[in-house]
Amino acid sequence: MIKLNVNGTTHQADVNPDTPLLWVLRDTLHLTGTKYGCGIAQCGACTVHLDGTPVRSCITPVSSAVGHKITTVEGIDADRVGKAVQEAWRRLDVVQCGYCQSGQMMSAVVLLTENRKPSDADIDDAMAGNLCRCATYQRIRAAIHEAARSLA
Amino acid sequence: MNETVIQNFSRRQFLQGTAAGLTLGFCLPGFAANLLAKAGQAPTITDFEPNAFLRIGTDNSVIVIAKHLEMGQGSYTGLATILADELDADWSLVRVESAPADARRYNNLLWGAAQGTGGSTAMANSWMQMRQAGATGRAMLVAAAAKHWKVDTGGITVRDGVVAHAASGHKATFGELALAAAQESVPAEVQLKEPKEFRLIGKRAPRKDSAAKTDGSAIYTQDVFLPDMLVAVVAHPPLFGAKVRSFDARRARSVKGVVDVVQIPQGVAVLAHDTWSAKKGRDALSVEWDESGAFKLGSSEILARYRELAKTEGAIAKVEGDTAQAFAGAARTLYAEYEFPYLAHAPMEPLNCVIRLGTDGCEVWNGEQMNTGDQYALAGLFGFKPEQVKINMLYAGGSFGRRAGKDSDYVLEAAHIVKAIKGRAPVKLVWLREDDMRAGYYRPLFFHTLEAALDGHGALLGWHHRLVGQSIMAGSAFAKAMVKDGIDATSIEGAVNLPYTIPNFKVDLHTPVDIGVPVLWWRSVGSSHTAFSTETFLDEVAASLGKDPVALRLELLKDHPRHAGVLQLAAEKAGWGQPLKAEPGVRRGRGVALHESFNSYVAEVAEVTVAKDGSVKVDRVVCAVDCGTAINPDNIRSQLEGAVGFALTASLYGEITLEGGRVKQGNYDGYPLLRINEMPKVEVHIVESANAPTGIGEPGVPPLAPAVANAIAAATGKRLRRLPFDTTELAV
Ligand code: FES
Ligand code: FES
Repeated sequence: MIKLNVNGTTHQADVNPDTPLLWVLRDTLHLTGTKYGCGIAQCGACTVHLDGTPVRSCITPVSSAVGHKITTVEGIDADRVGKAVQEAWRRLDVVQCGYCQSGQMMSAVVLLTENRKPSDADIDDAMAGNLCRCATYQRIRAAIHEAARSLA
Repeated sequence: MNETVIQNFSRRQFLQGTAAGLTLGFCLPGFAANLLAKAGQAPTITDFEPNAFLRIGTDNSVIVIAKHLEMGQGSYTGLATILADELDADWSLVRVESAPADARRYNNLLWGAAQGTGGSTAMANSWMQMRQAGATGRAMLVAAAAKHWKVDTGGITVRDGVVAHAASGHKATFGELALAAAQESVPAEVQLKEPKEFRLIGKRAPRKDSAAKTDGSAIYTQDVFLPDMLVAVVAHPPLFGAKVRSFDARRARSVKGVVDVVQIPQGVAVLAHDTWSAKKGRDALSVEWDESGAFKLGSSEILARYRELAKTEGAIAKVEGDTAQAFAGAARTLYAEYEFPYLAHAPMEPLNCVIRLGTDGCEVWNGEQMNTGDQYALAGLFGFKPEQVKINMLYAGGSFGRRAGKDSDYVLEAAHIVKAIKGRAPVKLVWLREDDMRAGYYRPLFFHTLEAALDGHGALLGWHHRLVGQSIMAGSAFAKAMVKDGIDATSIEGAVNLPYTIPNFKVDLHTPVDIGVPVLWWRSVGSSHTAFSTETFLDEVAASLGKDPVALRLELLKDHPRHAGVLQLAAEKAGWGQPLKAEPGVRRGRGVALHESFNSYVAEVAEVTVAKDGSVKVDRVVCAVDCGTAINPDNIRSQLEGAVGFALTASLYGEITLEGGRVKQGNYDGYPLLRINEMPKVEVHIVESANAPTGIGEPGVPPLAPAVANAIAAATGKRLRRLPFDTTELAV
């Protein structure tokens, strides 16, 4: 049995320790906001936070998440920055198909937590690991600036 | 129970407005109605359902039933906007639910008898239907209110979900009137609004899917979990047309979590309690493939064949005037060749499908784009009537055409698996990224040649366009309508309907039939290649004639005001003709392209910077679009922004390569997508129009690659005639 702290709640999971965190979140805990896109750390759709640091859950063995605070998109609004990001995403209607957006928002939250006034170049650096096939990048950029304004 | 009986039963009761237990059955899916009838339950009346697209609850909820898939293009919001405007609903109370698969009520009016989403038709075919639906609901609410208040309908107004009669001071919400309205008969005719009366159409109606897609609650097929459900991951053949010869499942079966291994026509499926175990099981399988009947050519060999074919005349798709004479008498001729690779759709959500099989029906959960086609295919496989196949249409994490399977490929794969285990458990078929990318159904590889005849006085006399590529429509349900005299309309769309006045004009087409790579419509279909060759070649013509590219186009567009309109608008907003700022020694350029697709007109002006190593950065793209009435201008902007990024991926990177029949790319490392740092600044300008709405999901794609190539030519003098661009040619 593996014990996980996800969004402030403790969960038990009967899984192999080498199972990627992504599949434990999705298939065992049914927290499906975190998405599978590539499985090889190329797309960022599976991004979650471990103690506030972004990780690609598709290549993170569940064992290495034990003892850390895991945050997924379902818990994003518990924090002021997360709430601001979510609201900016909604105000600007960033989403199209939406499938990449959990990962986008998780990366944006880390950026804004560390840097309250990111420049375009800062956004490029922080967000270049998150693919969007619908190419909503222009709005992602605008929403990050918008969230930064609302946090100021 | 006989389905017709139920329908009549329901309608009769509805029209009679008989008492409790009334079922507004023609609003229920046939399958559900059957089940309810069997179970001896008739739903009690709790809601007002004036037609198949609208349900108003006593809690004031307004539910719009969407017959189209929401795969990112904003169809849910668009359909709801149209209906809610005519209904005068309160937008904040409007919700969208997906329609069941039922072609009798939910067919795509531009597809004839079939339900489905594609070809940028969602708004175009629903425009009048959804207006009628909303206006009908409104009229019935008004009639109910008038009766109740004993006033004339004339003095009643409706606004934001409230019906009011000013003279008598009466007021009621939709919810308060819902049950009374359900007793009203359906009016034969309703009055639609004048455009100036629109309150939502043409304004900003926020997306209905934004909330669920930003808190993790939106349900895609990947997110479906049913009791006892098994996840299937499949070992697919390494070559198109290869078959399973034998397999050894011992190691796979010993993987913890693996429950079963079954052979299906598509390969070998490993079923497990969860995705990771299924993947591990699949990886532990050893399969021997019979490759004797497989397709084994590589992309370069296919291209070489196409080049050979292009030396001879193909089937004539269009001819005007006499090109032979025009070329014989020309002062100068131009000739160019164009190459286009296979392209994968690569939606962010790899394909998947959930099916539960019962003895008297099956239920499907899918990002369902080809509702009727898939329903019939499943009915055929399982031996059911179509109405015994219930399809839950879920959000799709992108599609770009891929989920509109022409032969229900991945849906049938899931069905074969659930059939192989005799319906013992519901099955979720999961394609991993590599399965998705290597499964074929690509935008076909194409080769084009173009020739132009110019006279000595700056006029374009002749144009000859030859195309070589596989037919998309062959073998699909649309073949009858779309393939005439061996010419697939989607192979030559955008080439035959070139808007420019050219007196001698010819398009011919070779359609090889011996290439075993499955091909499919890919966002903008034929225009994804024809816009590139025609619009870059025309730029070469302009350069050769010493004319400005915008001026030459306008000269040739005399009879096409909507084309000319977007071209002028884009040029003006982009500052066409004004010098482009560039640091000394930095190569920058501006290029334009114009294309009509799906009855919408788009012009794009791209500004690029080309680095010394040849790498291309697109800095800015100015788009002008005329898609008729702009139902949701913000969504139009969103679609064009996305289309620019999507098409830029294809311009810079997109390429599926076959080597000995094997697909080289498997994931996003080999098939890169544009990243945020490469995204240009996109500006969108919308032409005001009173015409009926036309497509918006696809039309932004075609002009981007040619606009960028033309900008690169302006910056460097080099003409790129192959997609994706080989930027090493641009190094200095
Ligand atoms: S699924 Fe983890 S990065 Fe793509
Ligand atoms: S919104 Fe579709 S992949 Fe990003």
